[in-house]
Amino acid sequence: MSDIANLKAGLIADIATADTLDALEALRVGAIGKNGVVTALLKTLGSMSPEERLEQGPPIQDLRESVTAALAERKAALEQAALDARLSSERIDMTLPADPGPQGSVHPVSQVMDELAEIFADLGFSVATGPEIEDDWHNFSALNIPETHPARAMHDTFYFPDAADGRKMLLRTHTSPVQIRTMTATPPPIRIIAPGRVYRSDSDATHTPMFHQIEGLVIDKGITLGHLKWTLETFLKAFFERDDIVLRLRPSYFPFTEPSVEVDVGYTLTNGQRVIGGDGDAPGGGWLEVLGSGMVNRRVIASCGLDPDEWQGFAFGTGVDRLAMLKYGMNDLRAFFDGDLRWLRHYGFSALDVPTLSGGVGA
Amino acid sequence: MKFTLSWLKTHLATDADLPTILKALTDIGLEVEGVENPAEKLGGFRIARVLTAERHPQADKLQVLTVDHGDGAPLQVVCGAPNARAGLVGVFGMEGAVVPVNGMVLKKTAIRGVESNGMMCSYRELELGEDHEGIIELAADALVGQAYAQWAGLNDPVIDVSVTPNRQDCMGVRGIARDLAAKGLGTLNAIVVPQVQGVGPGPDVRTDDPEGCPAFFARSVRGVTNGQSPEWMARRLKAIGQKPISTLVDITNYIMIDLGRPLHVYDMATLKGGLVARKGKPGEQVQALNGKTYTVDGTMTIIADDEAVHDIGGIMGGVHSGATEATTDVLIECAYFTPERIAITGQTLGLTSDARARFERGVDPAFLDDGLSIATDLVVKLCGGTPSEATRAGFPPALPKELSYLPSQCAELAGVFVSETEQKAILESLGFAVTGQNSIVEYEDGVPVAVEAGWTITVPTWRRDIDGWPDIVEEVVRMVGLEHVPSTPLPRAPGVAKPTATPEQLVERRVRRTAAARGLAEAINWSFLSEKEAAAVGGGDWTLANPISEDLKVMRPSLLPGLLSATRRNMDRGAASVRLFEIGRRYFADKERATVGFVLAGEKAPRSWQGGKAQPFTAFDAKAELIALLTAAGAPAANLQNFGEASAAYHPGQSGTLRLGPKVVLAEYGVLHPTLAKQFGLTGTVVAGEVFPDAIPGRRKAGSLRAPYAPPALQAVKRDFAFVVPDTLEADALVRAVKGADKKAIVDARLFDVFTGPGLEEGTKSLAIEVTLQPGEKSFAQEELDAISAAVVKAAEKLGGTLRG
Repeated sequence: MSDIANLKAGLIADIATADTLDALEALRVGAIGKNGVVTALLKTLGSMSPEERLEQGPPIQDLRESVTAALAERKAALEQAALDARLSSERIDMTLPADPGPQGSVHPVSQVMDELAEIFADLGFSVATGPEIEDDWHNFSALNIPETHPARAMHDTFYFPDAADGRKMLLRTHTSPVQIRTMTATPPPIRIIAPGRVYRSDSDATHTPMFHQIEGLVIDKGITLGHLKWTLETFLKAFFERDDIVLRLRPSYFPFTEPSVEVDVGYTLTNGQRVIGGDGDAPGGGWLEVLGSGMVNRRVIASCGLDPDEWQGFAFGTGVDRLAMLKYGMNDLRAFFDGDLRWLRHYGFSALDVPTLSGGVGA
Repeated sequence: MKFTLSWLKTHLATDADLPTILKALTDIGLEVEGVENPAEKLGGFRIARVLTAERHPQADKLQVLTVDHGDGAPLQVVCGAPNARAGLVGVFGMEGAVVPVNGMVLKKTAIRGVESNGMMCSYRELELGEDHEGIIELAADALVGQAYAQWAGLNDPVIDVSVTPNRQDCMGVRGIARDLAAKGLGTLNAIVVPQVQGVGPGPDVRTDDPEGCPAFFARSVRGVTNGQSPEWMARRLKAIGQKPISTLVDITNYIMIDLGRPLHVYDMATLKGGLVARKGKPGEQVQALNGKTYTVDGTMTIIADDEAVHDIGGIMGGVHSGATEATTDVLIECAYFTPERIAITGQTLGLTSDARARFERGVDPAFLDDGLSIATDLVVKLCGGTPSEATRAGFPPALPKELSYLPSQCAELAGVFVSETEQKAILESLGFAVTGQNSIVEYEDGVPVAVEAGWTITVPTWRRDIDGWPDIVEEVVRMVGLEHVPSTPLPRAPGVAKPTATPEQLVERRVRRTAAARGLAEAINWSFLSEKEAAAVGGGDWTLANPISEDLKVMRPSLLPGLLSATRRNMDRGAASVRLFEIGRRYFADKERATVGFVLAGEKAPRSWQGGKAQPFTAFDAKAELIALLTAAGAPAANLQNFGEASAAYHPGQSGTLRLGPKVVLAEYGVLHPTLAKQFGLTGTVVAGEVFPDAIPGRRKAGSLRAPYAPPALQAVKRDFAFVVPDTLEADALVRAVKGADKKAIVDARLFDVFTGPGLEEGTKSLAIEVTLQPGEKSFAQEELDAISAAVVKAAEKLGGTLRG
């Protein structure tokens, strides 16, 4: 074996066994550094004759390339090993908990109101509002509720001392005054819903002195009870997100509608829970009252300055809290107004659960 | 309103079964609230005879009976009743029967070592009365082996319907029967009014209050014997929960429930002089039949004799003149009281009664004579005695109403076509009289022309609620059935549904979901507060005259008290960290203001392996929420100015307001004032804020196009400056001054360090600001950068700042 071959074998062997980057660097300097053995050999090429160079050049070049390649390879290997060692030393317990951040929620009443707004927007209803502190004309008289109606008694209605102009001031007992405010302010045709807080002097497991209602009103030409029926069916099917919603309409009485209709929705007992859907008359089924409604009484239309021979329409009202309870299964109304974070997290909705028609109105 | 099936069938001839009747009731607006057949729970109880009764070998108070229950060999029964004896016919509960009073299932058992097969029962055990002295004793000829319920006439379902306030006529069984007949469930039996042959003049009654009591009819019956009611009457009254009292009283109750006609009977021996219906006099009192004493006033109609008030007219009689077992001469009152007056009197006195419920809805004003005759006849038949002639004081408002009606109005309002023939039939079966032709076709010059019928409808006197054509439509539709009203789609505007939310609603939605996304939970708190809570946040403008409790009395002027109370409740339940918000109104004398409130209390971050100790909230957490919410609400965040002068709810030195200009307050926030925190039982730092979205100026809708924009080609340059300033200088002022030093080049200035302490003079602080410079077409030259720096330093110097070396 030639000297060059011996040198090459020795260097490659040394490189392959170098176990630190420093040792490798020393080898590199000793071989291809300024004064290295390989560098020295390369330098001899300059003083050779062309023939000698032709003969000895290739082995020397090969030596340089091989050593350089071996150095690079070994360096990469050592660096990788060093990195592996460092990473291995940096191992931490990834089962340690991450900070979950605070969890916010949207109240079910707000969520249901958004759902209703979405459904009714598709039916062409806009959202109207009115004051919660009302006078008795808007809350009662204009709605054809006479002085002697039991609802006017002190035990149902929260009253304030009379206003300076003599008006009897009260907390609205229903969202129906928004009907009056809309009809007196907006020329027909009208399609509105009016959600909001209402107040009655009542308190037990199913009644709270404050709760939420939503009112619907349509005033137009040629509107009939048939339109009311369709609207309620359509709305309740969309709201409960079931096609098997069965309604039972019962004649009833409200001073501000004529004819008046109460609406029950069929439910089925499933694992002891009332699940909305199905025929209430079927075995294991029953009916839950969900809505009061009717054709707007001609007197109410006239009270608002409209001609009842020209304009006709329907109105309905329902409890938002109650709709939420029926859809989402809460059973104690009082918890709605308690602000218990545990309850709010359980029954509340994520900020991104925005009801949409394309994504579904229920979260 | 309760009645039994057999009672209903006294007025309605029908083959319909119970489920059909129940469905029909609900369908016509008489919602069935419950139905119960007392016989069902008495399934395992039959009539049995005690054959032998021997003392129990192991117990003094027990007997061992053998009982013949009509089926197979006599059974041995252990019984503790003192009246158990051989020969007694009673009610026997067989093995497997469920005792109604306690739900116990009877089974073969041993009592003190003696086998017992069933139970002889008391009335209380069967929930048929309070009697528990001993076991039931039936007539000796009762058929042994027969089901007891059948024998006792208890196999009669009790139906409870809810009668709407407009339907006085259905406050009597007959009215309900009439409605069912009109629905097609049978025929209404004719009512036979007896002819009462009165002897002698009627009693001395009159009305001095024609407004409250327009008519006061009465008869007397002398020589009556007032005992227990006949079994049929007592059974029906008992079945619907009316306790039988005495024949005379029961007759009035029976007729009230049967025919919707309230009556009152007076013991004539207790009356001094004649009876007069008049207005009460201030201070007059009457002890009513419920045992309570009521003080009447000059607006109320009462019935009095020469000495005392005996009746709160149309609502409740008095104790002292009521009929008793000793009554021999009775005065029967059949009067008409004005509904509105009854309602107000009842409300004022807080007194409800079956009579009030009927009079305030308006009883049939044409039924006084008949009602009085029926009552008198029953009294004579059941109690004997001699009736007088009737006295008829005043006139009931019994003029029949007439309405014009077009049969086409049914389809017009209800959307359902009902033939004229059917409409007429329905109305007539409800007691309306219809005159006028049906629509006809006439030929004018050979051309057919429809001539629409115009009807005149006479409203029956018992239907006070009917006063317009829509009522007629309602009657027709009610009987046809709402299920026949065709579901008719509302006309739909062409195209995709248009947005309907108002700007205020959009703001509310964005704020709500922003807050929830930032980790706050939405609460809904009462709109009313206690006076003390309201006073703590400045006092409310609206105080309820009749609050449900002192805690819910004043309309809130701030959302904070409700949130703080909720925070407190959560803390009491062990919550370590509370982040709550509410969107609702505050109530002021002139308006209701939409408001967003939030409270952050407890731990901002819990203790953790990374962060160490739990972190409390600071005022700047409130500020961060506030700015996020304001931004969501569409407020121009960059233009918001920091001001002090937050309300007294906050720590005066750690609170502030955000405004647009000095006057428009958009929000306030800060650390809660320790006094307020203490009032709500909160410890530790509590921070809070309120946003007033209605103060945010509305943005004009500019269409969907944005202002044109392309990101600058050259990179922004950052330079840091530190200034020593008087420590009274507000950082915001310095930042604004720096930012304004070169409006073109400086696009942002951000304070990143505040330092006081060693190396700085007393009364000064160092504020460090990172300034972002945005080059335009070409990079900044050194001279330009120097000039900008000089301008920044100059701006700071104007505020007393010096560049820190």
